[in-house]
Amino acid sequence: MAVLVLSGIEKGFAGRRVLSGIALSFADGEFVSLLGPSGCGKTTLLRIIAGFERADQGAVLIDGRDVSALAPDRRKMGMVFQAYSLFPNMTAFENVRFGPRMQGRSLTEQKERAAELLALVGLEPHRDKYPHQLSGGQQQRVALARALAVRPAVLLLDEPLSALDAKVRVQLREEIRRIQRETGTTTVFVTHDQEEALSISDRVAVMHEGTLRQVAVPAVLYREPADAFVARFIGAGAVLAGRAEAQGVRVGAALLPASAAAAIAPGGEVELFLRPEHIRLASDAGTATAAGLPAAVADLTFLGSFTRVRLTLDGAGVTVAADLPSGEADRLTPGARVFAWWDAASPRILPR
Amino acid sequence: MRRRFGLGSLLVLLAAGAFFLLPLVLTGIFSLWQGGSTYNLATYGKVVNTGAVWTSLLLSLRLTIETAALSLVLLVPAVIVINLRAPRLRAVLEVIAVLPFVVPAIALVAGLTTLYTGPSWLIGTANYLVVPYFIITLPYTYRALDIGIASLDLRTLTEASQSLGASWFQTVVHVVLPNLKAALMGGALLTLTIVMGEYTFAAILLFRTFAVFIADTGQGAITEAAALSLFSFLITWAAMLGVVFSNRRGQTALGGAR
Ligand SMILES: Nc1ncnc2c1ncn2[C@@H]1O[C@H](COP(=O)(O)OP(=O)(O)OP(=O)(O)O)[C@@H](O)[C@H]1O
Ligand SMILES: [Mg+2]
Repeated sequence: MAVLVLSGIEKGFAGRRVLSGIALSFADGEFVSLLGPSGCGKTTLLRIIAGFERADQGAVLIDGRDVSALAPDRRKMGMVFQAYSLFPNMTAFENVRFGPRMQGRSLTEQKERAAELLALVGLEPHRDKYPHQLSGGQQQRVALARALAVRPAVLLLDEPLSALDAKVRVQLREEIRRIQRETGTTTVFVTHDQEEALSISDRVAVMHEGTLRQVAVPAVLYREPADAFVARFIGAGAVLAGRAEAQGVRVGAALLPASAAAAIAPGGEVELFLRPEHIRLASDAGTATAAGLPAAVADLTFLGSFTRVRLTLDGAGVTVAADLPSGEADRLTPGARVFAWWDAASPRILPR
Repeated sequence: MRRRFGLGSLLVLLAAGAFFLLPLVLTGIFSLWQGGSTYNLATYGKVVNTGAVWTSLLLSLRLTIETAALSLVLLVPAVIVINLRAPRLRAVLEVIAVLPFVVPAIALVAGLTTLYTGPSWLIGTANYLVVPYFIITLPYTYRALDIGIASLDLRTLTEASQSLGASWFQTVVHVVLPNLKAALMGGALLTLTIVMGEYTFAAILLFRTFAVFIADTGQGAITEAAALSLFSFLITWAAMLGVVFSNRRGQTALGGAR
C-alpha cells in the first residue's frame, strides 16, 4: 500500500513556476531518490512533503489521509537536512532524545529510544559530545538517528551527504541504506548525484525543470531512458538526431543500425541513443560481425580497467564514445582508422 | 625566541592602559582622602551606612532587570520573526533601532513628561523609567540579539525542531533561547551598563536612581561621590566578568564540521 502519495502538485514562487504536475506514490518501506540537476525543484518538493512549504495545488497524502493543511510538527516526517542541523546546545544523545521528548514520551522511553538509535548509527561512544566536537559525517549520522527516533511515517533526506568528502559519502550512503532496510522506513532521498541515486534506491524519480521525467528502478532508468534528458543525465552516452529508416537511423550521410527504428514511420525525426559499452571496434571491416562503420579515433581517456575512446563516425560527422578494455585500447592512437559496430538491438530510439 | 611586541606597540599599550586606569586610580585615591594628608576607609564606612545609597542602588538594579525583561519579551520574538517570516521588516527595525541615537534624550524626556497620563502603577512610580530605558538600550540589545541569531542557522534549526514534533513555543524555549544565551547575556550586560549610568531621564523625571544619587552627593560630599562612582564601576565590571566566565564554561560554541 502506498504510504505517501503526491498528486497534482504545483508550486510557483513570485509567479515563476517551480513545480508542475508532480504525481508520485511511495510504497511502504520503499527507498525513492529524487534526482535532478541543481534548481530543478527537488528541495521545494521535499519541503512541500514536510509541510514547510504549501503547494499551490495538489495534495500530499500519508496513509490515505490528506495532510496538505497540517503544520510540519503534526505530520510525522523525519527530516535530515543538507546543512548541519543538530542543536548546538545539546549533546548527540540529547539531540536524538529531542523528538521522543517533544512527543511527551516517558523519560525512560526517551532514553531507551535515543540509546537504541545511537547504537544503530554506531555512535554510542560519542553520545556525550556536542555537535561541534563531531565530524561532518558523525553529525549527519546523529541527524539521521534523531529523525528516526520519532518513528516517522516517511523519512526525508535533502542531500545529506553533499557536504562530506567522497569517501565518507560512499560509506555513509551505504549505511543509510542499511539502516533504512533495518527500520523499514519509507524514504525520500534528494540528490543531484546520479551514481548515489542509482546505487542505493529502489526507484529513482528523475526531475527536470519542475517536472518528473521518469520514475523507474535504476536498471530500467539506465537501459531504457524515457527521453533525451534522462538519457543524457543518467550515465554516459551519445544522443544523435536523425531520421528513421527501416534498418536504422540516418545521421548525416551514414546509416546507424538500430532495429527499434523499424517501428517508426520512415522519415520520422528521432534521436538515437548509444551507450559506450554497446560500441565495439574492429581494425578492418571484415572482422566485424555486423557491417562496421568507418570512423577515426578522436581521443582516448584512460579510466583504469577500461579506456573511453571517442570516435568520429565518417559521413555522420558526429562523435560517439566507446569503452574498451584498456589492454585493447593500447593499440589505438588519436587519428587511427577503425570500424565501429554494435548489435542493432542495443541502441534506443527516443522520440523527438 | 622572537619578541612579539616591538617597543612602539609596548608604549602604545602602556599609554592606553594609563589613559583608562589613571582616572580610576585617582578617583580611588581621592575617595580615601579625609582632608590634609589623612587617607583611610572612613568615607566607605559612611557610604555603606547611608540607607539612601542602598535604596537608590536597588532601584537602579530593579530598573535594569525590568528593562532587560521587557527587551527580552519584545525583541526576541521580533528578531525571530524578521529572520524567518518577514525579512522585509528588518529595514523597519533597523531604522527604529537607530532612532535613539538621532533623537536627543532631552527631546524624549520632554515627550514623556507631556504624556503624563496612564495607569498609576506605571506613571506614578519609577517603573515609568523602563519606557525610556527600553528605548535608549534598544540599539544595543537589538544588535546583540541580531548578531546572536545570525550566527545560528535559525531556519534549519527551527525546521529540524518542528519536523521532530515540537510546536513553535517548544522550539523557541528548547532550541532558540538556549542557543541565544550568550547574546541575551551580552544584551543584559549592556542594559546594566547603560541603566546604571543613565542620568538625564531619572533626574528630570525626579527619580533617585544610583546615578542621580551620586550626582546629588557630589554637590556636597565630593569624596563620597568618588567612592560611589568607583563602586558603580566595579558592579559593571563584575557583571561583565561574570558573563565572560559563564560563557566560557557553558556550551556556546556553534555547530559545524571540524
Ligand atoms: N523561497 C523561495 N523563493 C523564491 N524562489 C525559490 C524559493 N525556494 C526555491 N526557489 C526557486 O525554486 C527553484 C527550485 O529550487 P530548489 O531549491 O527546490 O532546487 P533544488 O532542485 O533543490 O536545487 P539544488 O540541487 O541546488 O538544491 C529554484 O529556481 C529556486 O531559485
Ligand atoms: Mg536543494
